[in-house]
Amino acid sequence: MQITKETLEKIAHLARLEIKPEEEAGLLNDLNEILVWVEKLNEVNTDGVEPIIHMTREINGFRDDLATNALAKADGLKLAPDHDGNFFRVPKVIKDKSK
Amino acid sequence: MLKYKPTIGLEVHIQLSTRSKVFCADKNEYGSAANTNISEISLAHPGTLPVLNKTAIEHAIKMGFVCKSSISQEMFFDRKNYFYPDLPKGYQLTQDKTPICVGGEIQIRDGMGKFKTIKLTKIHLEEDAGKLIHEQTSSFSMVDFNRAGVPLIELVTEPVIENDEDAVSLLIELRKIVRYLGISDGDMEKGSLRCDANVSIAPLGLKELGKKVEVKNMNSFRHVQKAIQYEIKRQGSILEKGNEVISETRLYDVDSGETYDMRTKEELNDYRYFPEPDLCPFYISQEWLDQIRKQIPILPSQYIEKFIHQYAIAENDALTLTESRELAQFFDQVCEKSGNYKAAVNWLIGPCKSYLNEMNCEINETNLTVDRLTALIEIVDQNRVSFSVASSEILPHLFSDKTANPLDLGIKLNLLIDESIDQIENFVEELIKKYPEKVAAYKNGKKGLLGMFMGELMKETGGKIDPKKASETIKAALES
Repeated sequence: MQITKETLEKIAHLARLEIKPEEEAGLLNDLNEILVWVEKLNEVNTDGVEPIIHMTREINGFRDDLATNALAKADGLKLAPDHDGNFFRVPKVIKDKSK
Repeated sequence: MLKYKPTIGLEVHIQLSTRSKVFCADKNEYGSAANTNISEISLAHPGTLPVLNKTAIEHAIKMGFVCKSSISQEMFFDRKNYFYPDLPKGYQLTQDKTPICVGGEIQIRDGMGKFKTIKLTKIHLEEDAGKLIHEQTSSFSMVDFNRAGVPLIELVTEPVIENDEDAVSLLIELRKIVRYLGISDGDMEKGSLRCDANVSIAPLGLKELGKKVEVKNMNSFRHVQKAIQYEIKRQGSILEKGNEVISETRLYDVDSGETYDMRTKEELNDYRYFPEPDLCPFYISQEWLDQIRKQIPILPSQYIEKFIHQYAIAENDALTLTESRELAQFFDQVCEKSGNYKAAVNWLIGPCKSYLNEMNCEINETNLTVDRLTALIEIVDQNRVSFSVASSEILPHLFSDKTANPLDLGIKLNLLIDESIDQIENFVEELIKKYPEKVAAYKNGKKGLLGMFMGELMKETGGKIDPKKASETIKAALES
């Protein structure tokens, strides 16, 4: 598998990253090297081996249904880039209905 | 005329009524002031970790039991990645690979009352996102994270629903089930029950389904119905012109009753699901499953069965009485206590139901108790008060007053049938004299006039006579 310029642009978009043109070549090279390195694993015979999804043996880490956690509104809003004292404020994300 | 066959699948999101959120201990409460039910976890501050709410899992399993799904005893959660400001983490915790309930079915009745079985694909557990508020005049969107992390089950049906009516029947049935189970209030207006519809149409006789369009943004049963109707018509006229339907997501517009496309670049939606590493896997033991099964209350279908067979009640009445768990329970208890099933139906479907509709409340929210309705039925049965006087004069007091007892009320308000009125005959004689033309008309075959004479007699005597005896007396006098 080869990472192309289009794939790089798509990944960058999905991660909301802006990539400068002069960074592209280096990133493409890095990504392809990572792929080649991981592909090495394909050489291992894994027939009959259950996939490991979690690295822990812990199961059922439950919490009882109690409402005990609360952050004061002002404290929650404090770290936001923008707010109006009640709501977090973000650039408008919906387009007005087109007629 | 009908040349196309519509096929509908629903995706229904139901908020679970737990005390706290699904992965953290913020309060799960509708209507709180904005951003007061938040924490470092729901705001996705770095280093915070989710911990699963045990009750949320139990609620989802109960739903699965009722829908006859197979319950996944081993499961884990997945991350669904996308950027949107209502989602602080940049991903939603959901179940992609191992939904908690697989398959299953729900029985509905179509417009003709015929049973239909709607197959389910799955039910999975996930977290709700925050709420975005877009003000027309502002260039900002406002975010309230109270809802972020509220537990949701998403129920997905197979594409097997044949029309808009059945889709609504399914939603009504779902709402009834979650309310009986006590796992959600199922209120569409509050957003605790939300529905997206996948609608496609294909020429009649064709096995293959047409291109599917997803319709969102309906927040009432009526909107769901109208949106589906509109979409079927819209797609029909596209095919009619020889064009192709585009597979896309459309929003329902309440004002126009139409759907419009979202104009987003769908192909850029790439959720890159992968197992959530911050939550360990879950294993539901058989023992735990058995415990959860025991907590499932009597369901509407079981009540209907009991009411029809044990209490010999008409099917339609049984349906009305099981619309809510509270009413069904109340009726069942009155039947057991009083033994007069027929009277229990008449009282609850008649005067009680009109009161509840008028007040827009459930029977357990009023002061009426099983004991006092049973007592009221009893004094009517004993001919101590007539049904009409009991329902118009006594019942309202039982709803409004906590302690009033029907017999005491009858005495206090002077409503009881006065056995000493042996002058019914005198009253009747007066009436016969007063309305000679009506008497003649009755004798000429207008038997319906009996009701008018009864009404007059009741007015004269203040309703304090035995209606049966009264009607017999009038009849005898008219026919003599």
